[in-house]
Amino acid sequence: MVRSRRQPLGSVIAVNAVLVLAAAYFLLPLLWVVIAATKSPGDLFASFGLWFSDSPQALENLSRLFTQDGGIFGTWVLNSVLYSAVGAFVAMVLSAACGYAIAKYVFRGRETLFSVILGGVLVPATVIALPLYFLLNAAGLTGTYWAVLLPSMVSPFGVYLARIQANAAVPDEVIEAARIDGAGDLRIFGSIATRMMVPALVTIFLFQFVTIWNNYLLPLVMLNDTKTFPITLGLTLWNSQTQRDPMFYQLVVTGSAVSAILLVALMVSLQRFWKADLTAGATKG
Amino acid sequence: MSTTSDRTAAGRASAPPLPGPSGPSAPAAGRRGRTRRQSRAALWILILPFTVMFAAFFVAPIVFALVQSLFTVRSSGLGFGPPETAFVFLENYATALGSASFVASLGRLLLFSLIEVPLMVVTSLALALLLESGRARFPRFFRVLYFAPYGVPGVIAALLWGFLYIPATSPVLQGLDAIGLSLSPLSSGGVLFAIANIALWGFAGYNMFILIAALNAIPSELYEAARIDGASEWSVTWNIKLPLVRPSIILVTVFTIIGTLQLFVEPLVLRPLTTAISSDFTPNLAAYNQSFAQGNPNLAAAMAVIVALVGFVFSFGFLRLVNRKGNRAW
Repeated sequence: MVRSRRQPLGSVIAVNAVLVLAAAYFLLPLLWVVIAATKSPGDLFASFGLWFSDSPQALENLSRLFTQDGGIFGTWVLNSVLYSAVGAFVAMVLSAACGYAIAKYVFRGRETLFSVILGGVLVPATVIALPLYFLLNAAGLTGTYWAVLLPSMVSPFGVYLARIQANAAVPDEVIEAARIDGAGDLRIFGSIATRMMVPALVTIFLFQFVTIWNNYLLPLVMLNDTKTFPITLGLTLWNSQTQRDPMFYQLVVTGSAVSAILLVALMVSLQRFWKADLTAGATKG
Repeated sequence: MSTTSDRTAAGRASAPPLPGPSGPSAPAAGRRGRTRRQSRAALWILILPFTVMFAAFFVAPIVFALVQSLFTVRSSGLGFGPPETAFVFLENYATALGSASFVASLGRLLLFSLIEVPLMVVTSLALALLLESGRARFPRFFRVLYFAPYGVPGVIAALLWGFLYIPATSPVLQGLDAIGLSLSPLSSGGVLFAIANIALWGFAGYNMFILIAALNAIPSELYEAARIDGASEWSVTWNIKLPLVRPSIILVTVFTIIGTLQLFVEPLVLRPLTTAISSDFTPNLAAYNQSFAQGNPNLAAAMAVIVALVGFVFSFGFLRLVNRKGNRAW
């Protein structure tokens, strides 16, 4: 919008120089790990970090990664996908329904309920994970997929986004018109309102997907069988074995590279659906 | 529900705008009662699933931690027989706050917040302003690139930076060493900055995204008007952009404060690489250890509650501070 104006060359160069430097900073660890993933365990420590060694062995490292411990890395990837996709989908549905109801229905205790849910956004996840372990342990759920899945299905932030979006994008007139045409409230929500809330729904899903994918503490306290581990927990398990066997360094590096590339690719391809303006506009609500 | 009467003569067009499904409604018999009941049922169906899950996985653990923190488990008599649970009121809190290492970890956490929060807010704001200054050559490309690390789990980020923090594998440290600069990020003086850097790397791009969206929401006429008045780029930034994105800056700040309180993963992963990180380096690590290594979940609960309280005091203190003068942000 400002581009039509005449721009002083000096400041254009300065701005872009800073942006390139920042790009180098954000790229550095990713570049390092991708290059390191092609090296032999010996070269990992003996060759310059930002260039390939003389004898790259990317395929060998990859096949070791996926065959080590009976191919458990593949299981970890699938587990991460399962936890994140299922957890995020259910979280999206639950928050959308609740946020929509808070936006569109007047009922006693509405603002109190919303404040309590918002308070949930402010509680550090670490504070919840430890007591939750004891509660789920009493229920006999620790060590199962459910111990990670169930808590991942709750996104207070999602309710917040859904309420804002329902207020902004679902006109009361549309609801009224649908009612006059004889549609039930649930049908109005399911087939009319949700369509108008799609940008918020996608954002809630992606936000929760990344949150679950990146979560470490919850699976750490809940799981003990390595077959149920997500990638994050699995890689730290291998990392703790590097003291015993330095070969694990290469596994950790290659595994980190694979999982970083997976998610960065997902981020980059989906970033146009990521409506940050919802989060920004939310503060004005 | 409030619809039946609107159907008559005047029709939809002249129906008064209704504030919502349960807004004021014209009196209508029969059908209205039925729809009202349907509406109530729908409301419950929409609201209950989330509320029940929220109660089970957010509220219950917090209540449980509060209760647990007031009790202790003692072995009875001479240590024979089953251990018994006793109500000790605030004794666990006294134990936690009387422990030098726990108080030190709280202090460390505050220091970390003091480093991390300004660093994060200033960096993400600077990146957002630069990308939206109209002078950036490939703003979309840079934006996606800065955002990418958000997808890298904190554990993986800590593993990666861990390799970049030890001289044997770090091209950066090797390069600096070659020009006579020797840095040791994992020394006791540098380790908080080393951790702050990992968090900055992971989240600056995400926060930048929020701020860019807020900048984009500013009507461009404001810029035009300012330029016609001869305002400089600096003055536009200071007097138009920053005040208008203030609510988003506050949001980013609060989220960063809460994020810093969660400090757990990075020190846990970096710990094998350095002696500067103890097993109770942060309050969360201390609570985790009490819970699972020392077998004292009651003390751990008290520690977790203390962290949550510190978080509330910080978040609300900050919000009060910024809301005191001028417009409310939240």
